[in-house]
Amino acid sequence: MPDLLIELFSEEIPARMQVRAAADLRARMTDALVEAGLTYAGAAAFSTPRRLALTVQGLLAESPTTHEERKGPRTDAPEKAIEGFLRGAGVAREDLEVRSEKKGDVYYARITRPGRPAEAIIAEALEDVIRYFPWPKSMRWGAGSLRWVRPLHSILCILTDDAGEARVVPLEIDGISAGDETEGHRFMAPGRVRVTSFDHYRATLAKRHVILDAEERADMIWQDATNQAFGSGLELVEDRGLLAEVAGLVEWPVVLMGGIEAEFLDLPPEVLQTSMKEHQKFFSVRNPKTGRIEKFVTVANRETADGGATILAGNQKVLSARLSDAKFFWENDLRIAETGGQAWLDALADVTFHNKLGSQAERIERIAALAREIAPKVGTDPDLAEQAARWAKADLSSEMVYEFPELQGLMGRYYAEAAGMPAEVAAAAQEHYSPLGPSDTVPSAPVSVAVALADKLDLLTGFWAIDEKPTGSKDPFALRRAALGVIRLVVENDLRAPMAYALPFGFEAHGLAMSIFDPRLFFKSYDGLKIVAALDFMPVDKETCDQLTAHGVDHKDLRGAHLSYANLLVFFHDRLKVYLKDQAIRHDVIDACIAMDGNDDLALLVKRATALSDFLKTDDGENLLQGFKRANNLLTQAEEKDGVEYSYGADVKFAETDEERALFAALDAQEPVIRAALEAEDFAAAMSGMAALRAPIDAFFEAVQINTDAQVVRRNRLNLLSRIRRICLEAADLTRVEG
Amino acid sequence: MAEQSTRPRSFQEILLRLQTYWAGQGCAVLQPYDMEVGAGTFHPATTLRSLGPVAWSAAYVQPSRRPTDGRYGENPNRLQHYYQYQVLIKPSPPDLQSLYLGSLPAIGIDMDLHDIRFVEDDWESPTLGAWGLGWEVWCDGMEVSQFTYFQQVGGHDCHPVSGELTYGLERLAMYVLGVDHVMDMPYNDPAAPIPLRYGDVFRQTEQEYSRWNFDVADTAMLFDHFEEAEAECRAILAAPETDPKTGKRIVMAHPAYDQCIKASHIFNLLDARGVISVTERQAYIGRVRALAKACADAFVKTEAGGWAA
Repeated sequence: MPDLLIELFSEEIPARMQVRAAADLRARMTDALVEAGLTYAGAAAFSTPRRLALTVQGLLAESPTTHEERKGPRTDAPEKAIEGFLRGAGVAREDLEVRSEKKGDVYYARITRPGRPAEAIIAEALEDVIRYFPWPKSMRWGAGSLRWVRPLHSILCILTDDAGEARVVPLEIDGISAGDETEGHRFMAPGRVRVTSFDHYRATLAKRHVILDAEERADMIWQDATNQAFGSGLELVEDRGLLAEVAGLVEWPVVLMGGIEAEFLDLPPEVLQTSMKEHQKFFSVRNPKTGRIEKFVTVANRETADGGATILAGNQKVLSARLSDAKFFWENDLRIAETGGQAWLDALADVTFHNKLGSQAERIERIAALAREIAPKVGTDPDLAEQAARWAKADLSSEMVYEFPELQGLMGRYYAEAAGMPAEVAAAAQEHYSPLGPSDTVPSAPVSVAVALADKLDLLTGFWAIDEKPTGSKDPFALRRAALGVIRLVVENDLRAPMAYALPFGFEAHGLAMSIFDPRLFFKSYDGLKIVAALDFMPVDKETCDQLTAHGVDHKDLRGAHLSYANLLVFFHDRLKVYLKDQAIRHDVIDACIAMDGNDDLALLVKRATALSDFLKTDDGENLLQGFKRANNLLTQAEEKDGVEYSYGADVKFAETDEERALFAALDAQEPVIRAALEAEDFAAAMSGMAALRAPIDAFFEAVQINTDAQVVRRNRLNLLSRIRRICLEAADLTRVEG
Repeated sequence: MAEQSTRPRSFQEILLRLQTYWAGQGCAVLQPYDMEVGAGTFHPATTLRSLGPVAWSAAYVQPSRRPTDGRYGENPNRLQHYYQYQVLIKPSPPDLQSLYLGSLPAIGIDMDLHDIRFVEDDWESPTLGAWGLGWEVWCDGMEVSQFTYFQQVGGHDCHPVSGELTYGLERLAMYVLGVDHVMDMPYNDPAAPIPLRYGDVFRQTEQEYSRWNFDVADTAMLFDHFEEAEAECRAILAAPETDPKTGKRIVMAHPAYDQCIKASHIFNLLDARGVISVTERQAYIGRVRALAKACADAFVKTEAGGWAA
């Protein structure tokens, strides 16, 4: 069975796109081959800066002939129907077969599709793959209309048979004819060369200074770089992303190590590392004893007669120019930091954060106010939290962060330290951006937590206030990440601060309707929220109006503000579902907990959901849920039928069976236990109290017929069921749990 | 591989060798545009000529001004006035990379000792409504050129596509000549009877313009000039296509584009004076872009832009 080799040779493909492109080439090409009936034994794809390559081994030489039997109309069907069937099946009438069936004689067609040679299938598939290749960005060149990531120069496409004979698959796309030639290293081995198989191709390239496999190049770089660093008693700073990128910039990696001039060694290591990585794609080499970055590793794309001396000297020169800049920024920044950094804060007044949300300085005012409010909730001093919040964004004005935005926060920390600010303020400058994603560390230092929460809540309430919410895949201000950040800060630090407490301050800071009254008066006890919530559902009655007026509130403003608040809370709940789903908690379990009071207390919500989820995974939990559902269904039906609510008055004296009496006893024993546990927010204990109800409930349903003719007994049993329903619903809204 | 040549000895020699090389490749060697521009791309030989179907091939040096980069002649690498060498060929020839690489030994880079790389760098000019894909070309880790396949200019898709090469002449020359401070670079032959360094020619003007750009330029007047250039550009383009005097169809794309260049440079000056806020900045860029687009629309209605009556 033949092997297929494809190489798409182009001008330099951006490093970040190569690996994905190779995978896409393999997936799309093999999918198309299989779709057309060409199965294969194995396939692998490769990329270098100038080529994508694909090898498919053990390919069928032609697609198999296929047969299909198709049932047609009855022989006495109208002529038109029979003609239509013939057309659809592509057969002549004399080829039809007649079979006697129950309903009469029926036509059958046997359709044969002859196999096609692999060449034809490959040519079609490859043209399609090339024309519709999913590059993140593609371009045209010259006078042509073909799109590729950069100009495509040649296509190698050969089939190699078992005897090792290779033949070109005929194919032409926009004037490029497929052939059997490739090209070696641009400088070390220019010129075209013919290849006959994948192994020959790979070996030919290696001889011509091209390592085909990106992983192999990365390994070579890593090995050589660590060895060179080790040889100088140093260690390479690991950077997988950079390694992958650099492997995509070279076909023939040559590792060169050079020193950093002494005058730059006192720069913060992160500054050295970032400058070298961003501008020059250098690896950092660290002294393990001091933690200082002392050398760099650059990866050239070739060998030279002088052993890379000219290349290294050139790179070193560029590095010095870059680090001179960094040093200049650092020294200028330190001068400002040491005076307290007021100039930076002043400058933020001229920086627009968002045209509807004002300047960075205004944003800082809001964050500072919010951080003050949050501080007591996280157990820290409001003054310290406010100071930290006011400093947190100062480094955005610094020259270093202007040059390297990714150093924001970190520079704030260094500059706070230089200014002699409290350690908590310095730490908060760095940590308040966290967590940046699901795997980023969550700060735990109280001041950092206060500023981090204030920062994110201001962002969320602000964009909600101006109605710039994330839609579909569009989330330009990373609000989902901010909401997840709030959730993780609250949950992982076990903060017991209902959103109802914090969010209004955010909205207030944004000058929403709420700012016309003091939210502390209104929202602290939830009474305010309840009034507002009522506005959603009923026309405003005089009493409500009076209450609002007493607070100096125009209810129309309030309603808008409340809708923003409710909407944001729903957004939090959606993010929470995503967060909990990652922890294997089902969405219906979360819904059951969101339906409970206090659902804006995220930590409480998570505790409840976790306990319920664990409980439902046990045998007791699963059976109790069934018992609850059965009780609830029976009750609902009876209540609908009777037009009354069975909620009170079950009495053991009307019990007729032992099972009924046992259930009374179990409820009497467990209800106080469950309630006390819920009161104490010990959901695990509440659930185990519920577990104790499972056996009596099961036994009760097993032995007792609810709907008896004796009305007193029936009512008593329904009221007993309602005790089950009530106690279960106090733990979570189990009606929302599926199953 | 490529023929080796002797090392050049001065800034001007590098420039002359580039001129000779690209003339040898068949480019029309043009002269700098006689207006203040921020980059060689603004020359109508690039911006306008990259539009429409008519083939084009030009090379030229373009003095460029970036007022915010002024450092009073003290920074070893930064200047508010510098030179770019620009090549534009339409349609981009299939061997453009090789043609480019051939220019490096021509200016004295030994291709056997250096590490030349094409590193992804997509180009976008918000003021010109233009973008393209390409690379920055690295020599031993230093960016020596910008290499771009234009995809869109002035809001028009480029058909065919132009290939654009831009060399930052000072930086490239400093590297080739082994000079660390731009002002120390020999401008003419060091063995000339009157040898001149780059600083002898430009240090004083860097000081003068840095002061004027940052602190003296009359911003009220500049704001007025911006408005005037914008209005004149619009007025030119609003004129009827047929000239009442000659009775000929004369679309005045170039005079209008001059006003667009003027507005763009005035904006850069105002930016350097620090009187344009972040929000306003976008608005001004948008206004210049609108002019560039209008000029592009006009150019494709001219003969050079492929207009057939």
